[in-house]
Amino acid sequence: MLKASQEVALRTQLGTTNRKTSWRRKILHNWELYLFIAPCMLYFIIFNYVPMYGVQIAFKNFLPVKGIAGSDWVGFDHFERFFHSYYFWDLLWNTFSISLYELAIGFPLPILLALAFNEIKNGLFKRSVQTVTYAPHFISIVVMAGMIITFLSPSSGILIRMIEWVGLQPASFLEDPRWFKTVYVLSGVWQSAGWGTIIYLAALSAVDPQLHEAAIVDGASRLKRVLHINIPTIIPTIAILLILNVGNILGVGYEKILLLQNSLNIESSDVISTFVYRSGLLSNQLSFSTAVGLFNSVVNAILLLTVNRIAKKTSDNSLW
Amino acid sequence: MVSAIKESKGDKLFLVLVYLFLTAALIVVLYPLIYMVSASISTPKYVNSGEMWLLPKGLTLEGYKLVFGNAKIWVGYRNTIVYTAIGTLINLAVTLPAAYALSRSDFVGRKFFMIVILVTMFFSGGLVPTYLVVKNLGLINSMWALILPVSASVWNIIVARTFFQSTIPKELQEAAHIDGCTNMRLFMRIVLPLSAPIIAVMALFYGVGHWNSYFTALIYLNQESKFPLQMVLRQILVLQQMGAETNGAVLNGDAASLAASKAEIASLVKYAVIIVSTLPIIAVYPFLQRYFVQGVMIGSVKG
Repeated sequence: MLKASQEVALRTQLGTTNRKTSWRRKILHNWELYLFIAPCMLYFIIFNYVPMYGVQIAFKNFLPVKGIAGSDWVGFDHFERFFHSYYFWDLLWNTFSISLYELAIGFPLPILLALAFNEIKNGLFKRSVQTVTYAPHFISIVVMAGMIITFLSPSSGILIRMIEWVGLQPASFLEDPRWFKTVYVLSGVWQSAGWGTIIYLAALSAVDPQLHEAAIVDGASRLKRVLHINIPTIIPTIAILLILNVGNILGVGYEKILLLQNSLNIESSDVISTFVYRSGLLSNQLSFSTAVGLFNSVVNAILLLTVNRIAKKTSDNSLW
Repeated sequence: MVSAIKESKGDKLFLVLVYLFLTAALIVVLYPLIYMVSASISTPKYVNSGEMWLLPKGLTLEGYKLVFGNAKIWVGYRNTIVYTAIGTLINLAVTLPAAYALSRSDFVGRKFFMIVILVTMFFSGGLVPTYLVVKNLGLINSMWALILPVSASVWNIIVARTFFQSTIPKELQEAAHIDGCTNMRLFMRIVLPLSAPIIAVMALFYGVGHWNSYFTALIYLNQESKFPLQMVLRQILVLQQMGAETNGAVLNGDAASLAASKAEIASLVKYAVIIVSTLPIIAVYPFLQRYFVQGVMIGSVKG
């Protein structure tokens, strides 16, 4: 008895120091783990955090001779120039509308596909459809753009031929600004809708089969079970992906647009990121284009936070 | 799933609609793929006129001959293989040890490191500041400009970390420590051999990324001899410039080639070059599909 109580007293006395030494011991014992993570940290510092430091040139008149720190501050001059430029609203509209168009068509389709996959038995048909629809995901952007240009070529494109066969008058899809967004969005859907189902299929695999059994006993039809069991199960996944998508609404990438852009369709194909590329790296307006890029990411961050907050308030789904 | 009870008429109709929908999806995605393969081995005359619309017509391998006879494409191919191999090795060497360290609950500071990594998902310096860093490091026009700025991806680190957390039993690591095994030995001799699936997934994700990327080459390289395949493809497919070499070869070639018009040659080459550049990925893809899907699923669990 005495021994036990003594021990307890001793332990409480030593408790704090013990924890400290074990903490220190853990660090010393695991010193190699710091070695493991060092290259990774070095990478993120050099190629992510140093550029973040470099963002200050958006508020400066950056001259490579003077360096980032040595260049003169100009405040919000570059931003004002951008906001007052004649192309500001066009860029903003193109970026927004392409994103929304993409979201409206590209977002629901993988969900529908996944729900359909989930309804049919595992077998040759299901596997073949999955293999085929996933495949375009691995086609490079350059090949994708090449395919679009070839298929829509007025003189020899197969899609143009098909439209003629149906008896319609094909438009000049790549030169007419009115068609650019549709071409961009539909080709993107063709490439990524199949791959996009994977994440929903993972969520659907979590549905408890007993729910379906009980529903069948109660006489629920397939459609009813999809609506009342499958869809509610994937709602959290849908919500999170929707938040991420809306948060990236000004983040239309330049890689595919640059390849499809030409002097005839630029009126509707020029988005903020392609403009940053052109003015920054081709015209060498380094500070100005950094300011434009910064404006873009700030808007994205605000959108992400807002949508996340709305989602949190109206439902229980949010990123954090 | 549960088919013990007879399906009602409505359910049957519903299933028919599901099959129709999926068949439509299958046709829409598959058709362009088949068309390109067929077009690459058909006579351009039939392709351009629309007479060839599904199965090859007027079989010819001329397009492939032109592609394989083009030195630029060979150089691009070789460059891409080198960049992909070295780039992927570096990706693995950076990602796997870091992900393992982050998976260890007794790793003091892992929360901090995790935040450092996650922040980069939401904030970035943007195009120009990143370009300036690469330039200041003296990497312009070097293959390292295509490799080092993409040494790791946040997504892949998270996927690998989740894998280590869920598949390497904690007891194993504790037992190894009691036996006096160092972390380095533990990682090299026990953890890595147990992690073949995740190593495959990582290598594939990163490898496909390197193989398909063109933008870093567009902004950082200006010497044609260093161009990866995708840049050569861009010239042929998008800018529609065939190497002078190929045109020359045709002009000096046999009568049949001479007769073919320039446009026809261009179209022949286009389809063949698409097939040749995409083949390595398309050929291995059905065998590795399982791993790719696994990777996305592991990521989405934690996502």
